[in-house]
Amino acid sequence: MAFQTIPNVIISGIAACVPKNIEKNIDSSLFSNLDDATKFIKSTGIVEKRTVSDDLTSSDLCYYAAEKLISNLNWGKEDIDCLIFITQTPDFIVPATSCILQNRLGLSKECHAFDVTLGCSAWVYGLSIMGSLISSGNFKKGLLLVGETTTKTKSKQDKSTYPLFGDAGSATAIEFSPGSSGFKVHSGTDGSKFSAINIPDGGFRSQTNLNSLDMVKFEEGVVRNKLQYIMDGAAVFTFTITTVPKSITLLMEKSQVENENIDFLLLHQANKMIVDKVSSKLKFEEERVPTSYEKFGNTSCSSIPLTMVHKISSHLRTKKLNLIACGFGSGLSWATAYFETKNIICPDLIEV
Amino acid sequence: MGFQNFKNIKVQGFAACVPKHIENNENLNLLGDSEQIIKFIETTGIKQRHTVKGQSIRTSDMCLVAAEKLLKELNWNKNDVDCLLFVSQTSDYIFPATSCILQDKLGLSNDCFTMDISLGCSGWIHGMATISALLQNGGFKKGLLLAGDTSTMTKSPFDKSSYPLFGDAGTATAIEFVEGVDGIMVHTSTDGKGHGAIIIPDGGFRNFYSPESEIYKEYEDGSRRNNLQTFMDGAAVFTFGITKGPRSVFALAEKYNLNLAEIDYFVFHQANKFMVEKIRNKIKIPSEKVPYSLDEYGNTSCSSIPLTIVTRLSNKIQNEKLKIMTCAFGVGLSWGSIYFETDGIVCPEIIMI
Amino acid sequence: METKFIELFKEVLELEDKNVNLTDEFRQYDEWDSLVYLSIIAMLDDEYDIVIETDEFKKILTVGDLMEEVKKRTSK
Repeated sequence: MAFQTIPNVIISGIAACVPKNIEKNIDSSLFSNLDDATKFIKSTGIVEKRTVSDDLTSSDLCYYAAEKLISNLNWGKEDIDCLIFITQTPDFIVPATSCILQNRLGLSKECHAFDVTLGCSAWVYGLSIMGSLISSGNFKKGLLLVGETTTKTKSKQDKSTYPLFGDAGSATAIEFSPGSSGFKVHSGTDGSKFSAINIPDGGFRSQTNLNSLDMVKFEEGVVRNKLQYIMDGAAVFTFTITTVPKSITLLMEKSQVENENIDFLLLHQANKMIVDKVSSKLKFEEERVPTSYEKFGNTSCSSIPLTMVHKISSHLRTKKLNLIACGFGSGLSWATAYFETKNIICPDLIEV
Repeated sequence: MGFQNFKNIKVQGFAACVPKHIENNENLNLLGDSEQIIKFIETTGIKQRHTVKGQSIRTSDMCLVAAEKLLKELNWNKNDVDCLLFVSQTSDYIFPATSCILQDKLGLSNDCFTMDISLGCSGWIHGMATISALLQNGGFKKGLLLAGDTSTMTKSPFDKSSYPLFGDAGTATAIEFVEGVDGIMVHTSTDGKGHGAIIIPDGGFRNFYSPESEIYKEYEDGSRRNNLQTFMDGAAVFTFGITKGPRSVFALAEKYNLNLAEIDYFVFHQANKFMVEKIRNKIKIPSEKVPYSLDEYGNTSCSSIPLTIVTRLSNKIQNEKLKIMTCAFGVGLSWGSIYFETDGIVCPEIIMI
Repeated sequence: METKFIELFKEVLELEDKNVNLTDEFRQYDEWDSLVYLSIIAMLDDEYDIVIETDEFKKILTVGDLMEEVKKRTSK
């Protein structure tokens, strides 16, 4: 239960792509004055974030990341066995975006492609899913594309959510490598708290209708409609600071890995408070906990690969690293992975 | 490329659930006069469909009922279910993932690995491959694949090229890690060039929902649809299905040395009878080996294969050793085949809610 | 090739007794409907192992055009 040992797989490369457009929180009209804005930035750590233009989607960001990664890896497109696209902001309800990406990227028709819906836990779950598919040796090369246009699901009039989130897409190349230690994963779910992070309309429980677009004021500075994101901040915070350290500790124990042997702890970039709290509980000092929330905000599922590209790319390219990654969020869903990397391909951050 | 053999994986049971409410194509004015209705039913084979029309039943509700039944019949301890996959294109919410909600509703452990897959008619095939991959290393032992759709919710009642074809259903398939068994063999393929052949234009993030999305437009063939409803290029889908379907089955058989003559049953995605018969003839399969559920249930998207097994092969699958070939094809475009063997497994009667 | 093609075409449209000319615009036949179109697709796949995409097929207007297209694709 909960633990997986997935041998014979390695991460061969990681790329990330963000939109060029920057929004600085200090300039946000959502804050009543400069003091408020400063306070917010101090507690969340989020100075600025990137936002997509109307015509860009998560799949576009992932596409650019993937093209760059394939090129730098020198992979033949016809050799890519599997493509998984994980997002909460797909291009269409129907068809799956992974099929569109298969064609757009020029991959073989024999490519196994599907979409997965998960939020902030997605990249680690993705390692597990893609790793499992490749581990058996049936497949040799896979692309895990993880991205979200979080800003498209947030109300621009909601100061409790809009300033926290940014957009990004990523591509992770996973390869069959017989004899490799692979990935060790711990995962969990608590659906009893599913409403802590949700969008009320737009699915099939409550389909979109004209009323979905009505903007409703919940309190001063919090105005949104039913197609926009709701978060119970307190519930999410409580969940994070209890469940997340537990998952990481359990995985480290199960994998027989000591704290001092971990080069970097990669946490989902919810905000500074959460990252600091979790890393201090686990006794990981700042130097070993790279962050990207300052410049990119909470980019949901792609925050871990984005942080890797943004902060530790030179280490990834030139060293052997022991890494722990933990994603946690909507569902509520969480997963921790322990894996090693050695001189992997990691192109500079792509901006579109 | 495209082929996967998952050893140590056993299919342990199937269950299915449909809404009680039936829509009868014999009374459907949309199809035209009585002559046209007869021709439609003769060609497609679809006499009636079970639909959620006007009710609050959703895909996850039907899958929940199917799962509860299956777990009970299997005598599985809920705490032992290691992973749950929910395959659908009619999930409860944009997010969170419906599988998380089902983890709670089913009373599964917090240690359960859950994820949603978004795929249509080929969804059960891809879902089986994914869950088998997750189980095959032995870390996870028991898994549930819940596949279903409320397809009728995405079809325009004024579009006779799609509305009369679809029904709603939710299914559960139980898979277990069992050391030493041959496992399942899979072939999958994707062709995103055809992604426009079956599409809902608005409601995703390429074309966000707007008031314009609700406006009905009239099309060349006389059908009326809005942008939140499925457009289906029947001819393109037909062409694709009758060529790719057989090719996938032949390719899988060749790769894994399967003798097609020894297979007991071929369970095809229940698109429509005209198409499936063409496929059957191409592969030269005698008709008694190809069960149909579409006459009573229509095209139920990703659940059509398990639904057909439950409604047409339940007795056989519970009491006999069977060699089964399954093949599905559809939206994406995405398609694939799976071969597996069963040896007297759990398969309760269909549940209606 | 022409005789076989016309024979197959007539069979699909159930036009055995009718005279079919290469210049006929087949969509004008009383017998033509969406189901017949699907049967043509199936016939082309079964007999000639070719697939004509929907967009391409739209450009084909006469029986003769269709036959030429089949010739073109099968000679490759």
